[in-house]
Amino acid sequence: MTHPTKTASSRTTPLRVVVDLNRCQGYAQCCYAAPGAFEVRGHEILFYDPAPPRARRGEIERAVQACPVRAISLQADDGETP
Amino acid sequence: MSAAADAGIVVVGASLAGLRGAEALRRNGYAGRLTLIGNEPYRPYDRPPLSKHVLSGELAPDASELPQLVALDADWRLGHAAVGLDRVARTIRLADGAVLAYDRLLIATGAQARHWPAASGGALANIFTLRGRDDAARLRAALAQGPRRVLIVGAGLIGCEAASCCRDLGLPVTLLDPNPTPLARSLGTWIGGVIAECLKDSGVAFHPGARVLRFEGDASGRVVRADLADGRTIEADLVIVALGATRATDWLRDAGLMADAGGVTCDGACRVLAADGTTCPDIYAAGDVARWPNSLYGGRLVSVEHWGNAVAQGAHAARNMLAPAEDQHRYDHLPAFWSSQFGINIKAVGLSEGADSVAIVQGSRASRRFLAVYGRAGRSIAAVSFDQARWLPAYAEAIMAGSHHPPIRDASDQGRFATMEPGFPPPRAASHADEARHV
Repeated sequence: MTHPTKTASSRTTPLRVVVDLNRCQGYAQCCYAAPGAFEVRGHEILFYDPAPPRARRGEIERAVQACPVRAISLQADDGETP
Repeated sequence: MSAAADAGIVVVGASLAGLRGAEALRRNGYAGRLTLIGNEPYRPYDRPPLSKHVLSGELAPDASELPQLVALDADWRLGHAAVGLDRVARTIRLADGAVLAYDRLLIATGAQARHWPAASGGALANIFTLRGRDDAARLRAALAQGPRRVLIVGAGLIGCEAASCCRDLGLPVTLLDPNPTPLARSLGTWIGGVIAECLKDSGVAFHPGARVLRFEGDASGRVVRADLADGRTIEADLVIVALGATRATDWLRDAGLMADAGGVTCDGACRVLAADGTTCPDIYAAGDVARWPNSLYGGRLVSVEHWGNAVAQGAHAARNMLAPAEDQHRYDHLPAFWSSQFGINIKAVGLSEGADSVAIVQGSRASRRFLAVYGRAGRSIAAVSFDQARWLPAYAEAIMAGSHHPPIRDASDQGRFATMEPGFPPPRAASHADEARHV
């Protein structure tokens, strides 16, 4: 059996983000909280970076909190790192 | 503890449904051994960006690895497809010959793209399907070579999203579909006609009512044209076959389950049914591969190939796997999907199949910004929004409640909503003989 191992590379691997776009209503609060990672195109198409750099963790966490419909998920710190 | 109990829970399928199912097992307190088996060598990744931002080159094919929302402490067997299930011995055989025991099993193997048959040109070079990360990487690389003309076969969601991306890249595109408009099966031809206008405006050559007979190649075995059933030919040096998916149940062929190319049949609580119709108390299924009686639609057996179902059913099946037999919760799910194409955000809820009426209740078709509700026999059964997403949840509630169709306006002095024929094509004759076996 292979067990995943945490290595020093976990510092350089990107964050992992996913947005439930069924839930997203296009309020665009994430775009204000983390303008480098979320962007609304056209009337209401959300484009986002699913692998933002770790240095953006603070603003991504603010985006998670700012979303009125709680559509954004960010990998938990105790989640496994590949 | 028996040997089987030591084997713990095995999840076959390491995509969205398998991942969210595994997370729910841990979240619900399961502390035993947990194994995830995936046929691809990758950790679970998100598929919707593949047909959009990966094709356009904005995201790398490996960018969309899914976040893990709880620590799984799992054994991962990635890059090893499951090829057989022995329910009596409670074992799974992998392609590399390994045999894994299970105590309880979650089937989440998803679906695979329908390929063009090799006998009519499907093996030629530069013919692509789009389902997984590797498919997207190969197709993206080929699009970046600047093909002279891209031919897309099938104007469903994937075909239309690919057409939209190819036009954004400035590539000449021809799109074929046997129906009168794009998205005819999911939205009907009246709403599908809006996308037909978008195709025209963006410069896609759309051929409705067209069927490909075969692809022809040059001396090097690379595709050069398609021969159509009506005698026309279309020159193209890159082809995307977007003809939907079949459920990944081949590995269950000898397992004695109700499984075929249309899915593996479950009861209302996500428990898999044996071929004789009895419930397998230790085997559950979730996501694209699962077919279950949906109580919101009269108990009709459905399988739902959408993101939201993978998330919800994975978690639901996991909850039931840990609960005693007398405490199995029924899975009631209102299907939903989204797509973005030609700059429009399309979102839908409900199953539109069988709709006999459609009404625009917000906005207008001409503005391409509207919310439309589908009805059947006087009840609202589905709704679609074009750039009007904030209205959708209200109508989702009305659909769950089986509300009147056409919807009733708030003010009694206003007129009724005008209804139209939705224009759904007649149901397909079972294209796969064994798909209809149990339904």
